[in-house]
Amino acid sequence: MAAAAARFFDSDLWWSFSRSPVAVLSAVVALLCIGGAVLAPWIAPQDPFDLATLNLSDAFKPPAWAEEGDAGFPLGSDDQGRDVLSAIMHGARVSLLVGVCAVLFSTLLGVSVGLTAGYLGGTADALLMRIADIQLTFPSILVALLVDGVVRAALPRETHDQIALFVVIFAIGISNWPQFARTVRGSTLVERNKEYVLAARVIGLSRLRIMLTHVLPNVLGPVLVIATLNLGFAILAEATLSFLGVGVPPTQPSLGTLIRIGNDFLMSGEWWITIFPGVALVAMVLSVNLLGDWLRDALNPRLR
Amino acid sequence: MTAAPLLEVRNLRVEFPTRRGTLVALHDVSFSIAPGEILGVVGESGAGKSMTGAAIIRLLEPPGRIAGGQILLEGRRIDNLSQDEMRRIRGRRIGAIFQDPLTTLNPLYTVGRQLTETMQTHLDLSNSEARKRAIDWLEMVGIPAAAQRIDSYPHEFSGGMRQRVVIALALCAEPRLVVADEPTTALDVSIQAQVIALLKRLAREKNTSMMLVTHDMGVIAETADRVAVMYAGRVVEIGPVREVVKHPHHPYSIGLMNSIPPLDHRVERLAQIDGAMPRLNAVPPGCPYNPRCPKVFDRCIVERPDLLDAGSTSAACWLYDRAEAPHV
Amino acid sequence: MFAFILSRLLQALPVMLVVALIAFAMFAYVGDPVSIMLGQDFTEAQRDALVRDLGLDQPFFVQFARFVGNAVQGEFGLSYRLSRPVAELIAERAPATLELASCAAAIALFVGVPMGVFTGLYRRSWLSRFFLTFSLIGVSLPTFLIGILLILIFSVWLGWLPSFGRGEVVQIGAWSTGFLTGAGLKALVLPSITLGLFQLTLIMRLVRAEMLEVLRTDYIKFARARGLADRTVNFGHALKNTLVPVITIAGLQFGSIIAFAIVTETVFQWPGMGLLFIQSVGAADIPVMAAYLMLIALVFVAINLVVDLLYFAVDPRLRADRGAVRGT
Repeated sequence: MAAAAARFFDSDLWWSFSRSPVAVLSAVVALLCIGGAVLAPWIAPQDPFDLATLNLSDAFKPPAWAEEGDAGFPLGSDDQGRDVLSAIMHGARVSLLVGVCAVLFSTLLGVSVGLTAGYLGGTADALLMRIADIQLTFPSILVALLVDGVVRAALPRETHDQIALFVVIFAIGISNWPQFARTVRGSTLVERNKEYVLAARVIGLSRLRIMLTHVLPNVLGPVLVIATLNLGFAILAEATLSFLGVGVPPTQPSLGTLIRIGNDFLMSGEWWITIFPGVALVAMVLSVNLLGDWLRDALNPRLR
Repeated sequence: MTAAPLLEVRNLRVEFPTRRGTLVALHDVSFSIAPGEILGVVGESGAGKSMTGAAIIRLLEPPGRIAGGQILLEGRRIDNLSQDEMRRIRGRRIGAIFQDPLTTLNPLYTVGRQLTETMQTHLDLSNSEARKRAIDWLEMVGIPAAAQRIDSYPHEFSGGMRQRVVIALALCAEPRLVVADEPTTALDVSIQAQVIALLKRLAREKNTSMMLVTHDMGVIAETADRVAVMYAGRVVEIGPVREVVKHPHHPYSIGLMNSIPPLDHRVERLAQIDGAMPRLNAVPPGCPYNPRCPKVFDRCIVERPDLLDAGSTSAACWLYDRAEAPHV
Repeated sequence: MFAFILSRLLQALPVMLVVALIAFAMFAYVGDPVSIMLGQDFTEAQRDALVRDLGLDQPFFVQFARFVGNAVQGEFGLSYRLSRPVAELIAERAPATLELASCAAAIALFVGVPMGVFTGLYRRSWLSRFFLTFSLIGVSLPTFLIGILLILIFSVWLGWLPSFGRGEVVQIGAWSTGFLTGAGLKALVLPSITLGLFQLTLIMRLVRAEMLEVLRTDYIKFARARGLADRTVNFGHALKNTLVPVITIAGLQFGSIIAFAIVTETVFQWPGMGLLFIQSVGAADIPVMAAYLMLIALVFVAINLVVDLLYFAVDPRLRADRGAVRGT
C-alpha cells in the first residue's frame, strides 16, 4: 500500500496535478462539497427532517452576518425554521447520490453497448450506433424528462413515489449513455485489430472473455474522463429535473428541490433560501467540471 | 555588383523568446539582392532560410521578432516601419509565394476575387479593369481558358495550376521583389520544372528580383544568379551560382555540393555530412559547423567567423582569414 | 441541389418514423388511455365503443399507421389533463415559445459571434480574458439559476423588469405577439437572456476556437503577405472560414434552445409549449407529451436541413459536383 502511494506521488499525473492551481483549488472545493454531503447526518448543525427540532419562530432568519441574523443559522432559515446550511448539506447528499449512480448507470450501459458494437461490428454495430445517433439528436435533458414522464405515467402514483429516486437515476442515466458508447466503440475498433487480441483469439478464448479481460481494460482511460465530466452534467440534470418538479420526491429534497422551494420566497426578499443552495450546486458542479477538464488534458496532452 | 542593391539585409537577428530563455534563430544574416537578380537561398531544414524570408516581409510567427540589424528596400529602411506602412509594402513592393499551393489560397473565394482584391488594394483600378487584368494574369501564368476559369474556386484547380495562381497573386501588384519560399517543394516532380521555368521567365520579363528559398540544388543551379548557403541561422557562404556550385569554399558548402548525385556518372555511394545540424538551443560557441567540420582547428571552437573574402565567393570560415593563409 | 435536398429528406424519414414509433408506444401502452378518458363511471358498452372508436381493437400496424396518419394532420387526440384537443393547446402556446426562442437565438448569435471574433483576434487583451471567465460561469451555471439570479437583481432588487408572464400581448389572427407592446417587450428581456446565455457562451467559445485555428492557416498568412488590410483579412477571409462549423453548432443549438425553453418557461411562468410539456410530464398527460416529442423531432429535422442548405451557400467545395457538370 505504501509502495502504491509512493508510486502515485511520483507519477506524472500527480506532478501535473500539483502544478495546476486550478486543479488543486477545484479538488479542495470538490472535497469540501463531497465531505459535507457524505457526512451531513453527523456534522450538520440540525436534522432538517426531524420535525421536532423545527420551530416556526425561527422561520425566515437571514444569514448570520445580516442585522437580524442568528449565529445558530449561519446561512439563515426557511419558512419552517429549518437551517439552510443543514438543508444544503443533506440536499447535496441526495444530489451527489443521484449524480454518481446515474453516471455509473450510463457508464455501464454505454460501455456494454460500445464494446458489443465495436467488437461484433456488422449489423449489430450499425443498429446500436444508429440508435445512439438518433438519441444524440435530442438534448439529453429532454430525453431525461420524457423517460421520467413515461415512467410516471406507467406506474401507479404510490409505487412511483416509493421508487422516485431510482426513476430519476434511470432517466438521467438513459439520457447520457450514447457518449460512452461512441467513445468505447471507437477505442474498441482500434484495439480489436491489435496483435494481442489476435493472439487471444488464436489461443481460443471466448469472445466475451476477450472483450472483458483484454479489450475493456484498454479502453477505460477515456471512459474515466467522460465519467468525470458527466458527473457534473448528471448533478445539473438532477437539479434541473427537481427544479421543474419532476425529479426526486419532496420528502428527499435535493439541491434542485431546495432551489425550487426557495424560489417561491424570492419575490418577498428572502433570497438566501434559494441562492445558497444554488451557490452550493454551482460550486460542486464547477469544481467537478474543472477537475474533469484537467484530467482530460493530463491524460491526453495532445488534446490540449 | 553593378547598381545600388534593391534589397539589403544587414546583420539581421531574429529571436524567439521562450520560457527557457531566448533562442536566436537568425544570427547576423547579411546579403543583398540587385535589381532583377535572382538570389537562391539553400540549406537544411531549420537553417533559417524561410525565416529570413518571413522576417523581410515581417510575417514572423509570434513570438518571433527582429531583434537587431537592418532591412533596406531601395535604400530605405523597412524593418522599423509601422504595421500599416509595412502592409502597403507587402504585395505592392515585395510579393510572396508560399510552399503549399493547396493551403495558400482561401478556399471560399474565387481565384478572380482573390486577384482583384489584391490589385485593388494596391493599385487604383476600377472593377472591370481589375477583372480584365486578372484574366491577363491568369493567361500570363499559363492557365488555359483564363476568362472562364477566373470564376472558379481554388479546389477546382490541380496543385500545379494553383501554384500558378499563387504566382499570379504574388506578382499582380507588380512588386519589385518576390520572396519565394520553397515554391515547388509540395508539387509533383513533373510539375516542378514547369513552375520554376514560369517563375524565372516572369521575373526576367517584369525585371523583378527574387529571393528563391529552396533546398533543391538543381533548382538553384538552373535559376539563380547568386546563391547564399545558410547553416544554423547564419549565412556561411555567398557568391555567384556557378562558383558556389562548382567551387564552394566553406567546408559545409563543399559537403553539401558533394552530396548531390552527379548526373553524368554512377557513384556507388553518395558523400554525406556526418552528424546533424545543431538545434537552436544547442549551437556550439565559435563556428556553428565546428562539430561536423573535417577541417576544424582551434580557432573555430572559440571564435565565430564573419563572411570573409574567399576569392570568387565569400565564406564564413577561418580558413580564408589572411592570417590563417597557410591552411588554404 | 434538388437531389441533395431530396436525399436529406429521405435520411430524415426513418428518424421521424422511429420517433413516431416511440410516441405511439407511449400513447398505446403506457397507462390505460381508455379508463383515463372514461373517468370513473362507465358501462361495458361505452368502453367497447371507445375501444372501437380509438381503433384499439385493430392490429399493431394498423393502429400505428392510423397514428402516423393522424399525426401528419396534426391530430393527437385529447389531453388527459385538460380534455381539449392537443393540437389546439399546442397552437395556442407555440407563439410564446417561438418568440422567446428566436429572441434568445438572436442574442446568442449577435452577441456571441462578435465576442468570439474579438477574443480570437485579441487573445491577450484584458477584455478577452474577462469574456472567457464570464463564459466559464455561463457554462457552469444551470439555466434556472441564471433566471433566478436575474429575477433577484432586476425584478426584486432593482424593480426594472417583470419576473413572470408575457406582459401585454396583441392577438394577430391565431398568433399572439408580445413584440408590439412595451410591456410585452419588457417581459421578453429576462427570459430571452436566461435562455440565450448558455448558447451565447457556447457560440463565443466555438467562434474563438475556430478563429484561432483559421488565423494560423497559410491562406490567412498569404492574404497578409498580399498586403490586404487587416479588416479585410480578419472579417472577410478569416470570419467567413469560421462560419462553416459555426453554422452547424448554431443550428443545432437553436433546436436545444426550444428544448431548454422548458426550464426558462418554468422559471418565468412563461405560457409556452415548454410549460405545457412540463405540466404534462407532472400529470402523466401522454397525448401532449407524444405530440410535443413529435414536434421537437420535426423542428430538429427541419433545422438540420436548413443547416445543410447554408453549408451549400457558404462552402463552394460542397458544390464541387456542380462545377464538374459545368465542365470547367
